[in-house]
Amino acid sequence: MKPLAVNLSLSIGGTIVIAVLLFALFGTIVSGFEPDQMNMKNRFSLPTAEHWLGTDNFGRDLWTRMAVGARVSLTIALCSVAIAVVVGTTVGLVSGYIGGAFDLLVMRIVDIFLGFPPIVLALAIVAALGPGMLNLTLSLAAIFWTEYARVVRSVTLAQREADYVTAAAALGAGSARILFREILPNVIGPVIVLATLGIGTAIIAESGLSFLGFGVEPPTPTWGWTLSYGTRYLRAEPWLSTVAGLAIMITVLGFNLFGDGLRDHLDPRGVARRIKSAPRQ
Amino acid sequence: MIWYVLRRLALFIPLILGVVAVTFGIMELVPGDPAAVLLGDEASEEAVRDMRRSLGLDRPWWIRLGSYYADLAHGDMGISYFQNQPVTDAIRQRVVPTLEVAVVALLISILIGLALGVAAAFWRGTAIDATSMLFAQLGVSMPVFWFGILLMYLLAIRFDLLPSIGRGPPLAGALVEAALGRPAALLESLSHIAMPALTLGLTNAAVISRLVRSAMLETLGQDFIRTAHAKGLLNVRIIFVHALGNAMLPVVSVIGLRFGALLGGAVLTESIFGWPGLGQLAVAAISQRDLPLVQGIVLTFAVAFALVNLLVDLLYALIDPRIRLE
Repeated sequence: MKPLAVNLSLSIGGTIVIAVLLFALFGTIVSGFEPDQMNMKNRFSLPTAEHWLGTDNFGRDLWTRMAVGARVSLTIALCSVAIAVVVGTTVGLVSGYIGGAFDLLVMRIVDIFLGFPPIVLALAIVAALGPGMLNLTLSLAAIFWTEYARVVRSVTLAQREADYVTAAAALGAGSARILFREILPNVIGPVIVLATLGIGTAIIAESGLSFLGFGVEPPTPTWGWTLSYGTRYLRAEPWLSTVAGLAIMITVLGFNLFGDGLRDHLDPRGVARRIKSAPRQ
Repeated sequence: MIWYVLRRLALFIPLILGVVAVTFGIMELVPGDPAAVLLGDEASEEAVRDMRRSLGLDRPWWIRLGSYYADLAHGDMGISYFQNQPVTDAIRQRVVPTLEVAVVALLISILIGLALGVAAAFWRGTAIDATSMLFAQLGVSMPVFWFGILLMYLLAIRFDLLPSIGRGPPLAGALVEAALGRPAALLESLSHIAMPALTLGLTNAAVISRLVRSAMLETLGQDFIRTAHAKGLLNVRIIFVHALGNAMLPVVSVIGLRFGALLGGAVLTESIFGWPGLGQLAVAAISQRDLPLVQGIVLTFAVAFALVNLLVDLLYALIDPRIRLE
């Protein structure tokens, strides 16, 4: 194991993640523009000293709009992954610990969820619940929780028979104590790694839904929607969609690098890598 | 072997029942009445009521779900609300275009993914390793829809090499034509497939190359590789016969999983490139709340995904004789 500071992925990824968080928190304050402040005399500007990322088809400041988009994307991604982690980990722990028919039933339900192409399931749920940040978060959590359930269950199955669990049971520990105090610490490393990588996946999924017009509704300047309407001007003004695309890619890259770097420290045996089904789009 | 396949196929039944039930449940929650949407704003209340009756929407949900299962057992997925045709026909017309892109994309991703991964593992720690893994990291982080737009800008708008949207002649027919000595249709067909397939294929290649690299590194560290070196075998033979053969196992499993991702990615790429496939149909059906069509498409995706997973498990046993299917 390398010392933390030497881990290049972790440092580059961590720097990007912190930069994006700062951008989301303070980007609108430092720019000096409102996100919907139009200026038809200055449309499709490239980056200048005044407009750091240029302007869009209505002359609105792209830096400010991207910062608002960052807030939307990060909020949805962080919340959906948090919900998926809590639900998936709990289901996995309980299912793996109880075993038997209950475990079989739970895993069949997980299989059914895994049978859907993720984006189609998310689209259908958004169509059912209606647009909006909360519904988008829930629909993404609905496609992500299975991953955590599977990883946590398989680790729990292996740990259930371990000596330390028997010892804890012999000392009179109840099921809840064994699950959350004894077994949980053993699965938390891979879960944190998966969750970090999951944030990147969630940002791609959220912007993909916005791109298709199923995300947070305009006029909120989400990254996916900006990319989508930017393509209408692709021929003459490719910069607009490029800014939005870069914003998505750099953020996802940051979380992916950070997750890869964390893996060396939190999941040296590679549990998350072996069980994680490939990233989803 | 045959028993194994039959048993796996039997497990499709609960999967299909479950997927239908979940989709049905979700679409039940969708606000809005398809009958009212179909008839438009001007329709009288009575007309809407008649329409609901003719669509069978006036019956309670459990009867509708039950009769859907019964029809499905006869291969009938109902009639699309908006396409004016049976769902099975609508899907049949769209399956082939989606498969065309998925198969070409899969080939691209396997070829490039293997090449990059093997090269990176073989020249570990060199500039070649660093460059291919940088490419892989960028590819994994790149949203597939943005990559598609970049390709469209470069290849269609800037340099005018490829048509930007639409599908050419069907690939299978064009292949037959080409085999008979008339390659024009094949070129036309491939020029249309190229961009959606490259979009999906290259982003997938990134995932595959990372996996190939780590599987190769693991294999290259093992005793039998040292033995092969000691026997004086050529590097080429060691890499491609001894190491790659053993590294293929995890790779095959991910390629199987990626096929599912390719189908899902089709939803986005088909919208970008105006490709008349299942993905585009799915987006249209969901936004129109066309329940029978949504149901049918989701089911098609789920069955295709399950079939690919079954194939992958069979391939496992083929690649590694130590694995027994039970």
